[in-house]
Amino acid sequence: MDMNQYLEVFIEESKEHLQMCSEHLLELEKQPKDLSIVNEIFRSAHTLKGMSATMGYEDLANLTHKMENVLDAIRNQKTELTPVIFDVIFQAVDDLEAMVMSIADGGDGKRNVKQVVEKLEMIEKGELPTSNITTESMTIINEGMQEQETIYDEFELTVLQQSEDQGFTSHELTITLNKDCLLKGARVYMVFEILEKAGEIIKATPPVDQLEEERFDHSFTVTVVTKESKEDLQKKIMKVSEIESVLVKQLNLQEIRQVAAQQEEASTKEINLVHQREEAGTERDQKKEKSGKPAGNKTIRVNIERLDTLLNLFEELVIDRGRLEQISKELDNQELHESVERMSRVTGDLQNIILNMRMVPVDTVFNRFPKMIRQLARDLNKKVNLEIVGADTELDRTVIDEIGDPLVHLLRNAIDHGIETPEQRLGKGKPEEGTIFLKAYHSGNHVFIEIKDDGAGIKRKQVEAKAIKNGILTIQQAEMMTDKQIYELIFASGFSTAEKISDVSGRGVGLDVVKNTISALGGSVTIDSIEEAGSTFLIQLPLTLSIISVMLIEIQNEKFAVPLTSIIETAIIKNTDILHAHNQQVIDFRGKVLPLLFLKDILEVPTVKEEDEFYSVVIVRKGDKLAGLVVDSFIGQQEIVLKSLGEYLTSAFAISGATILGDGKVALIIDCNALIM
Amino acid sequence: MIEQIEQEEMKIIVFQLKDKEYALPVNHVKAIEKIIHITRVPKTVPFIKGVINLRGVIIPIIDLRIRFAIDDQVYTEQTRIIIVTLDEMDVGLIVDSANDVIDIFMENIEPQPDVVGSIADEFISGVVKLDKRLLILLNLEKVLNPEETLLSVKEG
Repeated sequence: MDMNQYLEVFIEESKEHLQMCSEHLLELEKQPKDLSIVNEIFRSAHTLKGMSATMGYEDLANLTHKMENVLDAIRNQKTELTPVIFDVIFQAVDDLEAMVMSIADGGDGKRNVKQVVEKLEMIEKGELPTSNITTESMTIINEGMQEQETIYDEFELTVLQQSEDQGFTSHELTITLNKDCLLKGARVYMVFEILEKAGEIIKATPPVDQLEEERFDHSFTVTVVTKESKEDLQKKIMKVSEIESVLVKQLNLQEIRQVAAQQEEASTKEINLVHQREEAGTERDQKKEKSGKPAGNKTIRVNIERLDTLLNLFEELVIDRGRLEQISKELDNQELHESVERMSRVTGDLQNIILNMRMVPVDTVFNRFPKMIRQLARDLNKKVNLEIVGADTELDRTVIDEIGDPLVHLLRNAIDHGIETPEQRLGKGKPEEGTIFLKAYHSGNHVFIEIKDDGAGIKRKQVEAKAIKNGILTIQQAEMMTDKQIYELIFASGFSTAEKISDVSGRGVGLDVVKNTISALGGSVTIDSIEEAGSTFLIQLPLTLSIISVMLIEIQNEKFAVPLTSIIETAIIKNTDILHAHNQQVIDFRGKVLPLLFLKDILEVPTVKEEDEFYSVVIVRKGDKLAGLVVDSFIGQQEIVLKSLGEYLTSAFAISGATILGDGKVALIIDCNALIM
Repeated sequence: MIEQIEQEEMKIIVFQLKDKEYALPVNHVKAIEKIIHITRVPKTVPFIKGVINLRGVIIPIIDLRIRFAIDDQVYTEQTRIIIVTLDEMDVGLIVDSANDVIDIFMENIEPQPDVVGSIADEFISGVVKLDKRLLILLNLEKVLNPEETLLSVKEG
């Protein structure tokens, strides 16, 4: 069978499942007792295993299988979750990700995973791998487990309850074999035989099958209901040779009930688990209700290329709509007017739907950050808490694709340069754990992404000194500048403020790349910082890159488009209103001096018409700076499809792109940011 | 460079500029269009005439006469825009006329003679002799060098 056609689906789904694993692992780290999370991880791992085996990626399947075993042990409470185990599972997920990425890049998905597999196997056997991989220095987990109380599920509790009602007593026996015991399985068998004669075995920890295979250390726990006394049981078992000790504890059902009540959630899930094997589907629904998560909407998977094609076709339609509107105006036919207007409305709705279809929640970018932050914080020996707000904010797919790397840069920067080490933080009277807020929200036609840390902030003096040293600034200039202007300097290329160069950041290439990428998307980034209190990076992005509202203007015989987002208002002035101020023509606009930019001269438009004594002015802004663009006439407002000038003309002066007008001609879009200095 | 054993055939599009015939491999040519409205793009080099809308795609246009420093001429009914594509870059070339598709053998391509004409040598990758015609093969990489599009980086 040809697998290629499924490869894409496989890769996509694998990524999703791995993402689920990572997310749930992080959640689990916060609430290690919540076994339902383990179940979620287990299910993702299980699906992944099945898929990769089907696709013939043995290494992938193998590693997932090992991971699954460990997860199984955890959810059946045979293994206790420790930070070390967490690390191993994280490592396994990392390896899996690397393998999937390798497959996505056309590789064979092979990777040396021996270490991780070994560690997983050790955990599975109940041994705890130490941080160094040497096999000799393994420590044994079961010693710590002896005090651990056996946890009973609902079913077992019911049995215990019933036996008690019928006059049986329940005992929990912890049996320890001699350290040099050779036939552990045989001893277990003998103990079990005795117990079975005396009463009924309710539960064994580890479970019987593992005991029989000698997959335990030296002690195990058995719960029995019997009419025999505690002492009798102990004596009988001690008769078996090579048994070191037997601890018998009479079970108090009341106490267990309480413990069970605390773990009610977990144990209900445990029962669910039993059913799950047969009817995975129903179980899933139940769990969804319980955990209060919204049930997933019905979705279908559509290749992004198809959506792109759809948008392209729609763009053609928008252009033709413009043409029709123009023709209808010229013909002045009532029926034509009506149907064109109707069509305009429908295409308007259609446009909303198509653009919305391409909207993706920023979560698709944000979701990889928690894991990254966790890893980074560990590498740098810092304590960092990442708080994400507004992950459901939606952005156009094209923006989403580009925004990942700049955000990674900024986050790395925040951890590396912003957040101090725990000792420093304590010294400054801050909480040991640093916090990074990652917040996304809509505002007007823009989406804002804010990255805020409560770290050291930017030291003005340091930036200044560095800039002067690198020749970016003179001392006189530096004195004139505001804090904000100084902070902006760290976006200059070749600028790195870190005193120490680290692996994470500080190569001086990060921030200027960030700025360039964001500008290329039509966005901007600003910094705010308070020394010792932290820094805030605010990224402003356009909602969509493909269809924008513009004002069409005419200069001589040429038409240009000015994006509405940068227009404040329009005005008509008389040429006598123009004042001359130091090489610059200005007007008095509501008490403010407004510089005038004659687009005809700036854009070198050939003169074919006589000039009027009245000027049409479009007042535009860049940040808090205003300017008046002098044009010949306003044509009107229109929705246009943004197109690039092509690969050949990558950067034309003051032109951010082009669009096709109703008459089929091309109009250039003016980039106001480039005009205002 | 060209060896005798090569018997491969190649299709070329032939076009005219002033009194000479030039050629481009057909696999680089996407379409040949009549002259349509060209929107000027400010502050570019003179040989870039602007951009056109070709079925919804915006395509920059180079006037080959100006590019090769041949004296300018008013566009006529014969004037054509040859849409060429190179490394995902689509560009239109304005030529006096274009009307031939010819099969040539690779072995007939010769390195350019020392003196071919007024156009700069660097734009030529070879010549083909065909009966009494001399076809000049263009080096598209050189003709479409994107670094030459801006007047000067400093400007503006």
